[in-house]
Amino acid sequence: MTILEDRPSNPAAGDHDRPIGHGRMQRKEDPRFVRGKGHYIDDIVLPGMLHGAILRAPVAHARLVSIDTTEALAHPKVLAVITGSDLQALGLAWAPTLSMDVQAVLVTDKVRFQGQEVAFVVAEDRYAARDALELIEVEYDVLPPVVDARKAMDPGAPVIRDDLEGRTDNHIFDWEAGNKAETDAVFASADVVVKQEIVYPRVHPAPMETCGAVADFDPIDGRLTLYETTQAPHAHRTLFAMVSGIPEHKIRVVSPDIGGGFGNKVGIYPGYILAVVGSIVTGKPVKWVEDRSENLMSTSFARDYIMQGEIAATKDGKILALRTNVLADHGAFNATAQPTKYPAGFFHIFTGSYDLAAAHCTVTGVYTNKAPGGVAYACSFRVTEAVYLVERMVDILARKLDMDPAELRLRNFIKKEQFPYANKTGWEYDSGDYEPTMRLSMKMAGYDELRREQKEKRERGELMGIGISFFTETVGAGPRKDMDILGLGMADGAELRIHPTGKAVVRISVQSQGQGHETTFAQIVAEEIGIPPEDIDVVHGDTDQTPFGLGTYGSRSTPVSGAAVALVARKVREKARFIAAAMLETRPEDLEWEKGRWFVKGDPSVGKTMAEIAMGAHGTVALPEGIDGNLDAEVTYDPPNLTFPFGAYICVVDVDPGTGHVKVRRFIAVDDCGTRINPMIIEGQIHGGLTDGVGMALMEIIEFDAEGNCLGGSFMDYLIPTAMEVPDWETGFTVTPSPHHPIGAKGVGESATVGSPPAVVNAVVDALAPFGVVHMDMPCTPARVWEAMQGRTRPPV
Amino acid sequence: MQIPAPFDYVRASSVDNALALLDRHGAESRVVAGGHSLLPMMKLRLARPDWLIDINDLFELDYLLVDGPVMRIGAMTRHTTLLESDDVRRLFPIICDAERVIADPIVRNRGTIGGSLCQADPAEDLSTVCHVLEAVAVVRGPAGERMLSMAEFHRGPYETAVAQNELLIEVRVPIRAGSGSAYEKVERRVGDWAVAAAGASVTLAGDGTISQVAVGLTAVGLDHNVTEVEAILVGQAPAETLFIEAGRLASLACDPLADQRGPIDYKRHLADELTRRVLRVSCSRAAASVSDITI
Repeated sequence: MTILEDRPSNPAAGDHDRPIGHGRMQRKEDPRFVRGKGHYIDDIVLPGMLHGAILRAPVAHARLVSIDTTEALAHPKVLAVITGSDLQALGLAWAPTLSMDVQAVLVTDKVRFQGQEVAFVVAEDRYAARDALELIEVEYDVLPPVVDARKAMDPGAPVIRDDLEGRTDNHIFDWEAGNKAETDAVFASADVVVKQEIVYPRVHPAPMETCGAVADFDPIDGRLTLYETTQAPHAHRTLFAMVSGIPEHKIRVVSPDIGGGFGNKVGIYPGYILAVVGSIVTGKPVKWVEDRSENLMSTSFARDYIMQGEIAATKDGKILALRTNVLADHGAFNATAQPTKYPAGFFHIFTGSYDLAAAHCTVTGVYTNKAPGGVAYACSFRVTEAVYLVERMVDILARKLDMDPAELRLRNFIKKEQFPYANKTGWEYDSGDYEPTMRLSMKMAGYDELRREQKEKRERGELMGIGISFFTETVGAGPRKDMDILGLGMADGAELRIHPTGKAVVRISVQSQGQGHETTFAQIVAEEIGIPPEDIDVVHGDTDQTPFGLGTYGSRSTPVSGAAVALVARKVREKARFIAAAMLETRPEDLEWEKGRWFVKGDPSVGKTMAEIAMGAHGTVALPEGIDGNLDAEVTYDPPNLTFPFGAYICVVDVDPGTGHVKVRRFIAVDDCGTRINPMIIEGQIHGGLTDGVGMALMEIIEFDAEGNCLGGSFMDYLIPTAMEVPDWETGFTVTPSPHHPIGAKGVGESATVGSPPAVVNAVVDALAPFGVVHMDMPCTPARVWEAMQGRTRPPV
Repeated sequence: MQIPAPFDYVRASSVDNALALLDRHGAESRVVAGGHSLLPMMKLRLARPDWLIDINDLFELDYLLVDGPVMRIGAMTRHTTLLESDDVRRLFPIICDAERVIADPIVRNRGTIGGSLCQADPAEDLSTVCHVLEAVAVVRGPAGERMLSMAEFHRGPYETAVAQNELLIEVRVPIRAGSGSAYEKVERRVGDWAVAAAGASVTLAGDGTISQVAVGLTAVGLDHNVTEVEAILVGQAPAETLFIEAGRLASLACDPLADQRGPIDYKRHLADELTRRVLRVSCSRAAASVSDITI
């Protein structure tokens, strides 16, 4: 059933409010999910399938002395035990990461983080595989670990990556953006300069489904079918071909239903490779699914940025410049996933939504004895860190100037007429109109009334805080000339076929982990060619079935694949015009389009529907020269620029003065993601992202002790928020279309995760203003809030 | 999926059958009730019993009844049952306060009072509640039943007086006229273990003075009540100055450890703050209960 958009339109949004292709329709994928009929990696059962389990290192840094697998191999249900030296013999002990580094598949020389992969057992069932891990005897020679990133570059710090030739320290990269001299000059003459160290601690995406794979290598024809929890099946296929030597046309990667990704499922983990090796070795399919602790301890974390922020302004509140030095903890292997030229992702969008005279940032990446990763948890390639920095700094400046933080933001926004706007670090913001979005959020919040309430409460000793965040995202990577991952340009393909009866299938290169692609992309096609979304099947996640493309992360599906789908539909529509003309025995230029139908100009009764045209294309109609007998098309879309969604968030918290407990009372989120396709799906994305944000702001952190033991290895220790910690979300929207996207859409998947943490922290800090608190780092747990009230704020790492 | 070490499993059909099974399988057998502590520990392979004796069919231990001067609570009574009982809410509001903040509804539907007390986790709420209410634990073994005060029953973190071949079968809570009680916990998130918590029970005499009081703390290294507060409160009319002094004594009496939930001074502060709060609420509830009786 199609449910048409039934909400009143937003007067501020004008014509662009009209959602695309049937608007708020229910998700096509939901019937299977709500009935428990989703099909995930762990639901896959192949004949003769075996099960793998990984032995992981109990310590963070240790030389591997010996491994004895005799007893494990003697287990009656064990078929193979694979160690690092076995892989070394095959040339597979090390695999390339997505950041031009290498990562050990199994330890050969040295353990570099707790939880690192040491051996792989293949057994008849998963219980036996797990039991056999305890039968492997490993001797370690424990080494002092590097846990604190601040000490990673100390002279005499243990060198973690002695596998890399000539390596004498733990330095990975230095990177900068903006103009240092210009920025320093502005700072030197500014009325007001404020500085603050801001730490974005290590957090984990913790998707509901952990990572896993089923590898099925057919020794007869040399074909590998690999079912994987991957957000990027095509990129994985290419990488597997490059690493394993199996020719790419013999590899099929299938990403079935995925239970959440958030960037956790972009990289290639040793477990996937080990499942493949296990299948090759045993000649049978091998399933490997990690458990929750393995997921939290060894797969891609997020953030871990220590940022020294500085902001310069005039005394009347004109923000002039921003600068920051960042120390980035990348763990034991540089395995972040971002475009090659951007080792700090898109962090240099840290100028935010403000019109600055100058900006400069440097980022230094270091190795530590911790799990690798770094770009994950819906971060838009480090935009999360950037937005957190600038939005905290603006609040700190507001406090210094004794100015309302909303007023300070309004005064410094990039103005509507300045778009497209070139910022000081090399971005060209495509479109924006920030003030109405900000004003709408303030109106929804009843901002002035909230400030009055806060004033009254402060007089009574009650702690209430109001936090604002205004973010600008940069998503939809990206133009091939600038952006690639390991040499693969970040373009996406789309193929559309209209069957003879007028039903359609659209094949896309991005893969859904819950974003609703099967609905959204059908809606885009429906809008362009006028057939109902129910009649359009969306195929994704299988490299044998879909065109090449780089996958779903960085909020790129709608900006890139959404554009590809709109364009391929337009191509089909145009082709339909020629076929319709042949059918109507007229000229294409004499036809006019109305949704779903070409008709003769001036005679609307004479026309052909898409279904009639499709039948004609496949039928007996004499087709014009150069027109094939089908109604199919394909495109590969290379985005001309990124898109820049934005939003205004306001958070209201109450803090218990006796315990430091923070209650998020209200959260108002006004998002502008350009043209909106399915408002219900957008709101779902926003709700999820806001919940992420509250979680990071209040409770999430992966901590390590001095020995490098991970203290966040289970959901008893790594807290993620529940419905009890979040309020009823109050969402609103404005619509500022992207000028370069075919339908003006910008992407929204990560906006709320990026935008909400600073709103929550700004609210907590605002609540603590009576105690003189200017900044506190996440997570704002009761203990840390209480310490801040005692004047003892401390960084979490 | 987290996979425990191999174990055998048997379902007990009665208390006697459970005791016989415990006796037969010996030291490496464990009783499982709600399973919300034992099963995660088994999945992490921190607990590795050879035998799991499932007592979920022991419906004979699932009851709540007011029996003269005591409320008798069967050991297999689920948290949800306690939370939803009108008698419990009326007689022992501290139990409702605590149950409301024990884990989440899914856990409360399975978890039992007996399991909580026998697990004796230092961050577990019902141990404190039972100490404060001066409950008695009824333990049955091959030699018959014995009655233990909480001080006798609860020997310290993860340790009770219940022998390997015994079963906690009932908790008896004395009913006191004119009493009020309360519990308050600080947690990082709903369902997390307590950073710290406090419980109190107060009985008021006819003249409005405090005739009996008990204060207990959770997760701050104290396995018994804060006995120091009794001396300053008993015989006095409830007053904020007394609560403040009681809070100070509680913060001195406890012995917390620093961990991810917070540093020592914060936990001591909470012992103070929460003691004051639960005394305040207990006294006002007791006063209301006195006025109910008068009417």
